[in-house]
Amino acid sequence: MNLPIDFQSFKPLALSLPAVSTQLNWMDYLGAIKVRWGIGRDCYTVIPGLYKVGNPNSESDVFVSANYKLSFDALRKNLDSLNAWILVIDTKGINVWCAAGKGTFGTDNLVKSIKKTSLESIVKHRTIIVPQLGAVGVAAHIVKKQSGFRVVYGPVHAKDIKAFIQAGYKATPEIREMTFPIQERAKLIPVDMMYGKYKLLIVLFVFFVLSGLDRTGFLFAKMLETSLFPLVNIIGAYLAGIVIAPLLLPLVPFRAFTFKGAFWGVVITLVLNLLFKVPLIESIAMGLINLSLASFMTMNFTGSSTYTSLSGVKKEMKWAIPFQIAFAVVGLILFIISKLV
Amino acid sequence: MKTMQYFKNVVTLKLDAELCTGCGLCVMVCPHAVFEISNRKARIVDIDDCMECGACALNCQFGAIAVKSGVGCAAGILNGILTNSEPSCDCSDSKSICCE
Repeated sequence: MNLPIDFQSFKPLALSLPAVSTQLNWMDYLGAIKVRWGIGRDCYTVIPGLYKVGNPNSESDVFVSANYKLSFDALRKNLDSLNAWILVIDTKGINVWCAAGKGTFGTDNLVKSIKKTSLESIVKHRTIIVPQLGAVGVAAHIVKKQSGFRVVYGPVHAKDIKAFIQAGYKATPEIREMTFPIQERAKLIPVDMMYGKYKLLIVLFVFFVLSGLDRTGFLFAKMLETSLFPLVNIIGAYLAGIVIAPLLLPLVPFRAFTFKGAFWGVVITLVLNLLFKVPLIESIAMGLINLSLASFMTMNFTGSSTYTSLSGVKKEMKWAIPFQIAFAVVGLILFIISKLV
Repeated sequence: MKTMQYFKNVVTLKLDAELCTGCGLCVMVCPHAVFEISNRKARIVDIDDCMECGACALNCQFGAIAVKSGVGCAAGILNGILTNSEPSCDCSDSKSICCE
């Protein structure tokens, strides 16, 4: 073995690479909170390339990550007390799983990054550790063929990396499984909630104005007086669909997300009708709109869920969307009628 | 079956036992423990746990697994219908110019 000689020749290149800390600072945590609320989320990136953690040498492990800073931070935080390399590939600032689904965290991009960073002259071994969810975009056998590097799939979550290493670079069944517990769902809710905020404001504005309709024309005072009920209903149904239903996802036994949302839409309607005293026709109108809106919002949570399939979502949308449209239209007409009678 | 499962009998996952060599990579990449190895062949434990992510099919070099994978995301499917293309969750990367 000519290890010492090799090691010397690796040194200059490796020395010039940027080192990263395994400790997150307050800026990192603040950044995480901001992107979770959808602020600057499209620009939360890391420059692609090879990074050093601790004092890695030519024998150290190589972990692959996406250039979404949240993914990168999750990885480096869990490499404390290790000496390792992080290969960040350009996923356009998208996390590993979503980027793998799009193909940017994929075979071609990975092979390109390996070559671009001259990984073969930096490490002597020929193994890279790829997050398990990256397998959606990475074909291990093709990476091997095209780059010479063997892909070992790590755990789903970076927090299990130490356990993975201790088990002899094997992911045990427990750390391979993607669960969807309440704390994971809670993390995803703010972004979804903020996503439709402008559309929500438009709908609120429309109902605010419509509240002033009267058979004599338009009454400004009536608008101010009676708009609270429809506005509270719409906000309630929006939150029921995108906050309550996802948080309590397994609690409602229906499998269809549209049903889970509709269920909470009904609950909100009943609660609000206990609190407000309005004409029956307006109650029914807002009830229909609540059903439609809550069901639609929860349907969109399929994009965040970790267990819904494309075929399943398509199946559910096929019959749910016509109902959602019909309920919204009938609700809107009834609401206008309730103002004119 | 696990605590969280979507619809029954909808997923497009297919396993061809003839082509399977029992290498076990599908077991390693599946995030929902859909596969197990028994008698040196992969076997589907509960097909309704599958979310059609496609990791198994992509990583099966023997072509024993097929699945129509894609984004299981209502907004993405709507996007696809409205723009008359494949479902895609292109909610973020179209705006990434500010990162350049």
